[in-house]
Amino acid sequence: MTTQILMPALSPTMTEGKLARWLKGVGDEVKSGDVLAEIETDKATMEVEAVDEGRIAQILVPEGTDGVAVNTPIAVLASNGEAAPALPQQAAAPPTQPPAAVPTPPVRPAAARAPAPAAAPPAPAPVLAVATADKDWGPMKHMSVREALREAMVAEMRADERVLLLGEEVAQYQGAYKISQGMLDEFGPRRVIDTPITEHGFTGLAVGAALNGLRPIVEYMTFNFAMQAMDQIINSAAKTLYMSGGQMGCPIVFRGPNGAASRVAAQHSQCYASWYAHVPGLKVVAPWSAADAKGLLRAAIRDPNPVIFLENEILYGHSFDCPVADDFVLPLGKARIERAGDRVTIVAFSIMVGVAMAAAEALAAEGIESEVINLRTLRPLDIATVVESVRRTNRLVTVEEGWPYAGIGAEVAMQVIEDAFDWLDAPPVRVHGADVPLPYAANLEKLALPQPQWVVEAVRRIV
Amino acid sequence: MAQATEGRRRVKGRELSVSREELTKAYRDMLMIRRFEEKAGQLYGMGLIGGFCHLYIGQEAVVVGMLSAISEGDEVITSYRDHGHMLACGMDPRGVMAELTGRRDGYSHGKGGSMHMFSKARNFFGGHGIVGAQVSLGAGLAFSNGYRGNDRVCLTFFGEGAANQGQVFESFNLAALFKLPVVFVIENNRYSMGTSVERATTAKDLSRNGAAWGIPGAQVDGMNVVAVKEAAGVAVAYCRSGKGPYLLEVRTYRYRGHSMSDPARYRTREEVQQMRAEHDCIEGARANLLALGVEEEALKKIDDEVKKIVQNAADFAQASAEPDAAELFTDVLLEAPAA
Repeated sequence: MTTQILMPALSPTMTEGKLARWLKGVGDEVKSGDVLAEIETDKATMEVEAVDEGRIAQILVPEGTDGVAVNTPIAVLASNGEAAPALPQQAAAPPTQPPAAVPTPPVRPAAARAPAPAAAPPAPAPVLAVATADKDWGPMKHMSVREALREAMVAEMRADERVLLLGEEVAQYQGAYKISQGMLDEFGPRRVIDTPITEHGFTGLAVGAALNGLRPIVEYMTFNFAMQAMDQIINSAAKTLYMSGGQMGCPIVFRGPNGAASRVAAQHSQCYASWYAHVPGLKVVAPWSAADAKGLLRAAIRDPNPVIFLENEILYGHSFDCPVADDFVLPLGKARIERAGDRVTIVAFSIMVGVAMAAAEALAAEGIESEVINLRTLRPLDIATVVESVRRTNRLVTVEEGWPYAGIGAEVAMQVIEDAFDWLDAPPVRVHGADVPLPYAANLEKLALPQPQWVVEAVRRIV
Repeated sequence: MAQATEGRRRVKGRELSVSREELTKAYRDMLMIRRFEEKAGQLYGMGLIGGFCHLYIGQEAVVVGMLSAISEGDEVITSYRDHGHMLACGMDPRGVMAELTGRRDGYSHGKGGSMHMFSKARNFFGGHGIVGAQVSLGAGLAFSNGYRGNDRVCLTFFGEGAANQGQVFESFNLAALFKLPVVFVIENNRYSMGTSVERATTAKDLSRNGAAWGIPGAQVDGMNVVAVKEAAGVAVAYCRSGKGPYLLEVRTYRYRGHSMSDPARYRTREEVQQMRAEHDCIEGARANLLALGVEEEALKKIDDEVKKIVQNAADFAQASAEPDAAELFTDVLLEAPAA
């Protein structure tokens, strides 16, 4: 029995190489692991090891040959104890192209709304249902966002033994921002867990626990510190379901305050909305009101996917009416029209919804009625609600606290351009935080963060 | 009966801690990994496997010895040099090879590749491409065992290169603090890509890397499957009894390059050949089996069986179709339950 030894691909990009030197000759015995030849690849000179045992019966490509295509037969190996077969001088098999070296054109996922090119695979079903007003949940109670978040976690932990809370100062200290106040008393240290200051480590630990079927809520003291754990959030939590062919889901919530607080300067004041919203495999939620906080956090905890839950420190102390019904929950991926209007659509999320509402109030005094959309969820984005609104108002202003470059406003505006270009009577306008690290000085900080007046001026420019 | 078994375990006057049957199984398992990896290397050379491909050849005794000490339900997680771990976990060689060739019958339907493969059914949690990331994930797997109050143990494998990552030390601290049932297994194959362990750390004994947190550790000859099994037994029993984590430094050697495109100029050919000639784990097990009276013929039969299984896997992996184009968009998110 004889075996052809083929020119091997020795790197992910190699399609041909130079057969620099033979270290074995005709008649030589070879064992598995013996070096047969040296080959110069596109990257380096590599040794080719024998896989099979036997004796070199024939060398088909002499040393010094350049441009030998991958998979060309370079020698013939005969099994031990067999006479060298009489072979034709040139091996019959033509060099074959290695399948992996033939690049297939990258398939661009068709946008859910755009017509799919003929060759493109079926795109996921579009989400086009327009936001309706929240269901009537009955009696309301005035409560702070802080209380609403706590009530959401408590309700879900009572309902599901697999849900637990971990993070820095969540238990004995009662929460750095008092979100988890009293939870240690009710659930004990098994389920409300203080961690050391070790974001990378405890994030990985929580992701591992989620892969194994628990439903951890990870509290970051602020999202600034989650940058230490970014690899685990993106590479482990968001991608494992896909990489495992759907076997291994990661039901986990990463939550904590995001964005600027007050006078804590650059390293403690950053909006991560567009960072996380960029990543397939994550859901990203940014509540504004107490009802948002409670309803969306309950949905996030129940969701079988990793959810980034971006809170806002300043909003923790703000109070809103919030349904008290035991089963109150809000769907992820649905925006809410906070104020109806017909002259302009103002799209905002998190604390900027309040800024947009104040601006709308001021504009109404001038006779300009604005429609204010609270996105609630940034991924998946409820663009249908935005588009439907823009088709009525014909104008778009986006408001975000974060930086403009590749921000949420840029994304919303682009999607509106794609889906409602013909309805726009003016270019969309972005209102956003100044494109600088956030300064400390009170006056500079104020100059860097969007104010209602900025929104008013943006609207005036286009109506 | 006991005496007869004892007699069969004696090699050169020394008592082996494993039975002939156990050693035969270990031999077969190691051989399966070796042949599988050789075949994978061959398919890579033919362009049938793309991207990064890290072979386990030389290190087989580590995973075979470690996994012989765990029970059904225990978890296993490792890095991107993961083919051996998957086979040792009982995953189907055909499914593993088909993932390497990027086909629909692969464990991840072709979406993971060599470095990212999983089996929920076999409690194998990957297959992770980021050096050291699996260590805190492994601590989390162990955490979930503690949370549920079961007695399962998680084997968390990583290389001596990953041992220098910050999150590994964070995981040591958390595992000790929370008394997590995790065996940290450093597979010290001496080179993190091209950097020898001496050039990467001043630590001489990596089994003491957890000492600051009171994590007990031991160094093991990773070229000897019996020694690995013995050490693994101690470590697993320690964790299972609820005492917390345990750290093993298993000293091993990889014969091939870091990945397929590694010309391996950082070590001499002689060093590799000497390890192969004098310390090979499969040859060592084979010699012991012969000394225990196992017939050459029986070993030949195992060799043939293994070759056949591997060839079958290779054929399967080439015959399997590429994933359907629609697979591109599946498994990004799970469907949320209705509110």
